[in-house]
Amino acid sequence: MKSPMFIAGLVVAATFVFGADQPAVRVAPTDSVGPRALEAQTKAAVVRDYLQAWGSLSRAFEQNQADILDADFVGVAKEKLEGTIREQVKLGIQTRYRDGSHDLKLVFYSPEGLSIQLLDTVEYDVQIVDHEKVLTTQHVRARYVAVLTPTEVRWKVRIFQAEPE
Amino acid sequence: MKRRFTFSLGVLVLAAMPLAFAQSGSLHLPKTVEAGSAFSIQSTGSGKAVLYIVGPGQVLRRSVQLGEAVSFASGDLHNAGHYLTVLVSDSSTEDGSFDVTAAHEPAALSFLAKPSRIAVDSRDGISGVVYVFDAFQNLVLTPTHVSFQLSGVAGSAQTRTVLTRNGVAWTKMNSAAKEGSGQFVAQVGTATGTRVIQQVPGDPCGLRISVQPSGQRLAVQTDPVRDCSGNVVPDGTIVTFTETYNGSESTVDAPLKQGVARAEMPAYNGAKISVATGVVLGNEIRWGRE
Repeated sequence: MKSPMFIAGLVVAATFVFGADQPAVRVAPTDSVGPRALEAQTKAAVVRDYLQAWGSLSRAFEQNQADILDADFVGVAKEKLEGTIREQVKLGIQTRYRDGSHDLKLVFYSPEGLSIQLLDTVEYDVQIVDHEKVLTTQHVRARYVAVLTPTEVRWKVRIFQAEPE
Repeated sequence: MKRRFTFSLGVLVLAAMPLAFAQSGSLHLPKTVEAGSAFSIQSTGSGKAVLYIVGPGQVLRRSVQLGEAVSFASGDLHNAGHYLTVLVSDSSTEDGSFDVTAAHEPAALSFLAKPSRIAVDSRDGISGVVYVFDAFQNLVLTPTHVSFQLSGVAGSAQTRTVLTRNGVAWTKMNSAAKEGSGQFVAQVGTATGTRVIQQVPGDPCGLRISVQPSGQRLAVQTDPVRDCSGNVVPDGTIVTFTETYNGSESTVDAPLKQGVARAEMPAYNGAKISVATGVVLGNEIRWGRE
């Protein structure tokens, strides 16, 4: 007979897996983003690519596969996230990130169009697993600062950093 | 007597409860930690436990003797971000969180200056954007002064000081009136970045031609071609001469050589000869009489 704790753990795990719906996304109006006008098409592309980056992060950290980050991250952000995944592998840890909602505000578009900065008040759940054992699931609300730069076909996240709210 | 004994036992059990709770272990977490700095977390309770510090920026795992402080050396936790903590002991699991903020001291900057080549006398034509980082490549989000300076060409240097907002500062500068290389420097504390901006002559100004007979043809040439600030327009710039006569038109493209373009054209009495380069039109000359 399985212990109540084990069954409760399964329920929590199942909720975590099957509760992976699309996050709720709110994008604040952008009256001014600094020195360069932001076209609606650019704004939509940046938001789309940023949200996809969260999806990549989630898969990469759960599967401990840094190459999943390649499609959506570059530069410092990619190096740091890759470093964390290497640490996870070394320690036998997995982390499962599930973003539930994003409250986005685009705040800076550089004059030459080569970087765009956004602030994201994001709510997500994190499950920490050590050698297949779920240690905890925590709900987090945090404010992220992200800088994206254009590449051949899409915007990629170059800076990705949470700050105290 | 029996009732008193039961009460006393109850008091004993209640008194023992905080002790039992303490044994499960807990942490006194800092609210924020500066990236790369040494810090410690005090634990309570007794026995052994494992502490996890987990974020997208770093993951740490430490064995902990409950009741003692857990020390982290400089550089152990160096990536800014939001971190979750889990303290796992035999009897309990305790969650927490704290933030790691970028170090206050800027140590590096990412400086993007555009364009690398620009015509002289362009108002707000040069832009500079700076992202400020600490020694661990964290974006420094506290407002920081960035100074921009464009110098190296005749005239005084242009200087601006801009306060960062969310780690970024930007400015626009005018290109100089004289051609040449400009040094565009951004500085934050001891961190600097330098970019070279090549300032080249602008569009020709006051483009003029003269015409002389040359045997059976006409020798057409420009005056020395300069921009509106007096800079010589570079050799190789194409100048187009156009001759219109009796409803037909012929053109000759000639490159500037030593600041002057030359061409030979048919000598039709009453022909109109004009000159242009890029979007700039010059004067028009009517040859002979109809």
